[in-house]
Amino acid sequence: MAEVESHAKHVVYCGVCTLPPEYCEFGGTVKKCEEWLKQNHPDMHEKLWSQEALTQNLSTLSVEAQKRAEKDSQKKAAKAASAEAKAAEQRATSKVLIKRIERNKRKYVTAVQGLEAFGLDIKKVAKDFGKKFATGSSVTKIPGGGEEITVQGDLSDDIFDFVVETYKEVPEDNVECIEDKKKKAAS
Amino acid sequence: MFKKDISPGAKSKVKSSAQRAIRTKITDTYPHLTPYIDEIIPKKEQLDLVKLPDRVSLYTLASTPLFFQHMDDALIPHLALVHKYPDCFPRLRIDRGAIRFVLSGATLMVPGLTSPGGKLPEEGEDEEYRYGTKELEPGEVVVIEAEGKENACFVGVLKMSTAEMKKQKKGQALEAGHYLGDGLWGLNLG
Repeated sequence: MAEVESHAKHVVYCGVCTLPPEYCEFGGTVKKCEEWLKQNHPDMHEKLWSQEALTQNLSTLSVEAQKRAEKDSQKKAAKAASAEAKAAEQRATSKVLIKRIERNKRKYVTAVQGLEAFGLDIKKVAKDFGKKFATGSSVTKIPGGGEEITVQGDLSDDIFDFVVETYKEVPEDNVECIEDKKKKAAS
Repeated sequence: MFKKDISPGAKSKVKSSAQRAIRTKITDTYPHLTPYIDEIIPKKEQLDLVKLPDRVSLYTLASTPLFFQHMDDALIPHLALVHKYPDCFPRLRIDRGAIRFVLSGATLMVPGLTSPGGKLPEEGEDEEYRYGTKELEPGEVVVIEAEGKENACFVGVLKMSTAEMKKQKKGQALEAGHYLGDGLWGLNLG
């Protein structure tokens, strides 16, 4: 394949905003993109962020358009920053609930909620649960809106360990095991 | 078309006969791609079809997106593919002022193409014939490059012939397509 691939042009994509680096200036994360480029492709950084290139960029626009573009990009940057902060905060506050629900006297199902807040694809996680524990595991809609993973069998402790171990993005403190109210009332 | 983030739907394998049909369709629409078609879609490889919202289907090879298609419309190349084979598609250029609008998903308007920074196919010699001399008709798929940039930023379907654009100098130029940083671009085909 090696000689065939040579036809294709290889394009570097920015590690921060995924666009080709020359378009980074139009994203909201200009600062970060620039740093990334400096670190990973210094030659390209030289070319794109040199003083000369910057002034050339600006010279093609009228003053008024420049101002507008400036304002726009500032707005965009602020938006991106706030979105990021929000996501981080949500990550810190949101909880993963592992619930044991009594289904039929001695039979239980285990419901897991809140994994999607950590950027996990719950469908995939459900599949993984099923594989790991060799039980039925599915994504079900909950009445209040949203979705949860339902795993057959009483697996709350196992799931707790599994989640903490495999999904490093979920901090252990944010995972909580609870038993269903029904059970509590009985005991 | 893909302003919002999208999540891929069902993924299925493409029948080999359908795959052949796609190959011929691609070489018909983009004759310049013919020499590279075996690189893009090797004969033995299995293409996948990923369903996207709004009746768009995306053809992928392993996890590289190649072409997408709305219903039975023209096959439109994914920008990653355009970046790899930039010379194989009809191209236009927009001026610098229009880039930020295009990248935030606006419809591309004609003035962005007709102004000094933009480029349309023209009679006579322009720099290295990059933008061709043939006028393009509505319905053709074009790749939009940007002034001062190396890579393309937009792929879409022409709404107005280029000859008409030169005359009118206003209105919408392209139908909503695929731009850098949109939902299709950010799509994760893991």
